[in-house]
Amino acid sequence: MIKHEEIQRHTIAVLVDNESGVLARVIGLFSGRGYNIESLTVAEVDAKEKLSRITIVTSGTAMIVEQIKNQLRRLIPVHKVHDLTIEGPHVARELALVKVCSTGEKRVESLRIADIFRARAIDSTNESFVFEVVGATEKVDAFIKLMEPLGLADVSRTGVVAIARGPNPI
Amino acid sequence: MAHHDTLNGAEILLKALVDQGVEVIFGYPGGAVLPIYDELFKQNRLRHVLVRHEQAAVHAAEGYARSTGKVGCVLVTSGPGATNAVTGLADAQCDSVPLVCLTGQVPTHLIGNDAFQEADITGITRPCTKHNYLVKDVNDLARIVHEAFHVARSGRPGPVLIDLPKDVVQSKGEYQPPSKVKSKYKPQVKGDIKAIEKAIDMIAHAKRPIFYVGGGVINSGPAACQLMTQFVRMTGYPCTLTLMGLGAIPGSDPLFLGMLGMHGTVEANMAMHDCDLMINIGARFDDRVTGKLEGFSPKSKKIHVDIDPSSINKNVAVDLAIVGDCAHVLEDMIKVWKAKQCRVDDKALKTWWKQIDQWRGMDCLAFEGSNKLIKPQYAIKRLYELTRHRNPYICTEVGQHQMWAAQYLKFDLPHHWLTSGGLGTMGYGLPSAMGVQMAHPDALVIDIAGEASIQMNIQEMATLVQHRLPVKIVILNNQYLGMVRQWQELIHGGRYSESHMTHHPDFVKLAEAFGAVGLRATKPDEVDGVFKEMMAVDRPVIVEMLTDASENVFPMIMPGMAHNEMVLGPEDKSRDKPGSEEDGMVLV
Ligand SMILES: Cc1cc2nc3c(=O)[nH]c(=O)nc-3n(C[C@H](O)[C@H](O)[C@H](O)COP(=O)(O)OP(=O)(O)OC[C@H]3O[C@@H](n4cnc5c(N)ncnc54)[C@H](O)[C@@H]3O)c2cc1C
Ligand SMILES: Cc1ncc(C[n+]2csc(CCOP(=O)(O)OP(=O)(O)O)c2C)c(N)n1
Ligand SMILES: [Mg+2]
Repeated sequence: MIKHEEIQRHTIAVLVDNESGVLARVIGLFSGRGYNIESLTVAEVDAKEKLSRITIVTSGTAMIVEQIKNQLRRLIPVHKVHDLTIEGPHVARELALVKVCSTGEKRVESLRIADIFRARAIDSTNESFVFEVVGATEKVDAFIKLMEPLGLADVSRTGVVAIARGPNPI
Repeated sequence: MAHHDTLNGAEILLKALVDQGVEVIFGYPGGAVLPIYDELFKQNRLRHVLVRHEQAAVHAAEGYARSTGKVGCVLVTSGPGATNAVTGLADAQCDSVPLVCLTGQVPTHLIGNDAFQEADITGITRPCTKHNYLVKDVNDLARIVHEAFHVARSGRPGPVLIDLPKDVVQSKGEYQPPSKVKSKYKPQVKGDIKAIEKAIDMIAHAKRPIFYVGGGVINSGPAACQLMTQFVRMTGYPCTLTLMGLGAIPGSDPLFLGMLGMHGTVEANMAMHDCDLMINIGARFDDRVTGKLEGFSPKSKKIHVDIDPSSINKNVAVDLAIVGDCAHVLEDMIKVWKAKQCRVDDKALKTWWKQIDQWRGMDCLAFEGSNKLIKPQYAIKRLYELTRHRNPYICTEVGQHQMWAAQYLKFDLPHHWLTSGGLGTMGYGLPSAMGVQMAHPDALVIDIAGEASIQMNIQEMATLVQHRLPVKIVILNNQYLGMVRQWQELIHGGRYSESHMTHHPDFVKLAEAFGAVGLRATKPDEVDGVFKEMMAVDRPVIVEMLTDASENVFPMIMPGMAHNEMVLGPEDKSRDKPGSEEDGMVLV
């Protein structure tokens, strides 16, 4: 039965008209139908055509993920829906700003780990750093975890943006 | 071109409606739409039907749309006017009815300020419209109206709402004709020909096939219904129709097995269960149709034709999907069938029909007559016999009477059966009949009602009388929320919690109070006479039939059961073991 099928995570790229209410339609669709949103990012990508790109990371059985994509396609301001997870290789990144407050040994250690993760310190005071770390979700997760004992104070993440590898646009 | 700038928003709106072919608006005025009503007053191309409640305006527009194939049009004021329309919009969304609903809104500078009669109606209706718009600039108005009509009628039809702030309809702007507006919304209508060829191959080789046909064929239009009938007859395969599909092929055709689903016939449900090929054309595997999914037609391959990809593989995984409009796909199917000179497997088909005829022979819609009490089934049967020569349009409310109407009436023409299927809205029938009668002034239009449902929009009697709409309302009065009582009897141990409704008005006097005609039958031998009298009157009529309160609708698939587990009647012992509601139909 459908219910017992395997749950998989999918990254979906959606091209929409950049008009008021469009994000509410997308989010309302997910909440109204009980779909999962793990992450959602949105920004205008084509100012001339007034198009925004939404990247959604969601999870569900194959049938549910197919439903999600078809339901997204039903929305009038939605022009393209691409499942990057099944359409071929793609790269996915997210950015996090991580505030760490510590002094002495811990402060040195946080800098050392930041260096390993190629995170940059983009703000610093005598008792704090703000690191900017970019990478796959797992890498960002790992970085934040390592910062926890070193005075982790605040985190802000963008959520995933993704794009297919190779020359073709969506 | 300067004269283009001389129109105000309200003029632009009405011009756009006329250019979209609107003839009738169902509406109700209020502060936010006064400028629009002012323009309506000054013209005579658009007729306006003043309803008594905004919900009824939407159902009336649904009746108009479903009986004509055109887009229905509604105009209501902001705040309470708009929120009153919400049930109608949700109904149209569930049953794929093309509507454009215009709502007034407070002036743009007051939006978000909790202004008088402000409601965030685009927010409220986002999940129950196909799309909605808030017009912020008068120069977008014409484009949005044209696009709204295009969206409402294209692809899977549905209701579209346009929210019109008062200042926008009062300011001056430029009109754009429909030809100037290009919409990016272009749903696929032609089916993939490779898939169609594969389907024909499967259809030609089937041994126990069945056509499972739904509202999508009705939506697709008269041509689709003709093609559907032609294809069914070419193959000689059995065909069942959903509640929404009734009339898609003639009800009197011997290949028609009756409706399927929770209150479908034995032959339709058993054939669905035992078939080896299910050919679904424009139906959506609704839970009232499938019953328990694990037990749903376990032995069959399934083909599904639907214009909305989200209907495919939603509830039931299919073997072959064809996305497209029914008329287009059916036309190609018939072409391919002829080109390949397909022949059906006569021997297998004969055996299959022999089996089906055995199920048919059970005569599952038989009921015990009475000469004391009016059996509701009897009343519907007599209504059918006495009115069929006039090809009436039949609307219904929601409940047992609705199911008996679906079971005992035969529709030889499409678009003559209007019922609330998806949302199951009590109060749908009377206003819907009003809309049908507006579109077809000379036709016989009947609302089959329960005494409870009719009271949900009874106020529209006044509208009927005012606009001289001679709708006939037949109330099967069983003194109960009958459908609820049936479930309580069968599933909740006979505990009739709040389903016995008393203190009804005297419906005959009520009809007269509205200026209509009231008739009543209390015994079986009065039924014919009352129906004949009803037909002879050229005014709105309420007929009250006092029916046997104890009757239930059978056959019935209990919640959590499969097609081959129907309860056939009051004597059937399997009725005492209801399944779980988790995976099957849910309550009324
Ligand atoms: C009390 C009660 C009891 C009920 N009992 C039953 C019952 O026993 N049996 C029953 O059948 N129903 C019953 N219903 C109705 C049920 O709830 C559903 O409304 C109904 O079954 C849906 O019909 P459908 O599958 O034809 O789909 P519709 O709701 O008519 O949907 C049409 C489908 O066709 C598609 N479509 C639309 N236009 C086109 C086009 N141009 N080309 C191709 N595809 C198109 C749509 O995308 C959609 O998937 C009952 C309702 C009530 C209130
Ligand atoms: C607006 C609304 N409220 C409640 C229901 C639940 N409901 C379904 S049928 C029904 C009873 C209808 O009674 P009546 O109109 O007398 O018809 P009957 O079943 O007796 O023929 C009820 C309450 C509904 N479908 N719609
Ligand atoms: Mg009743």
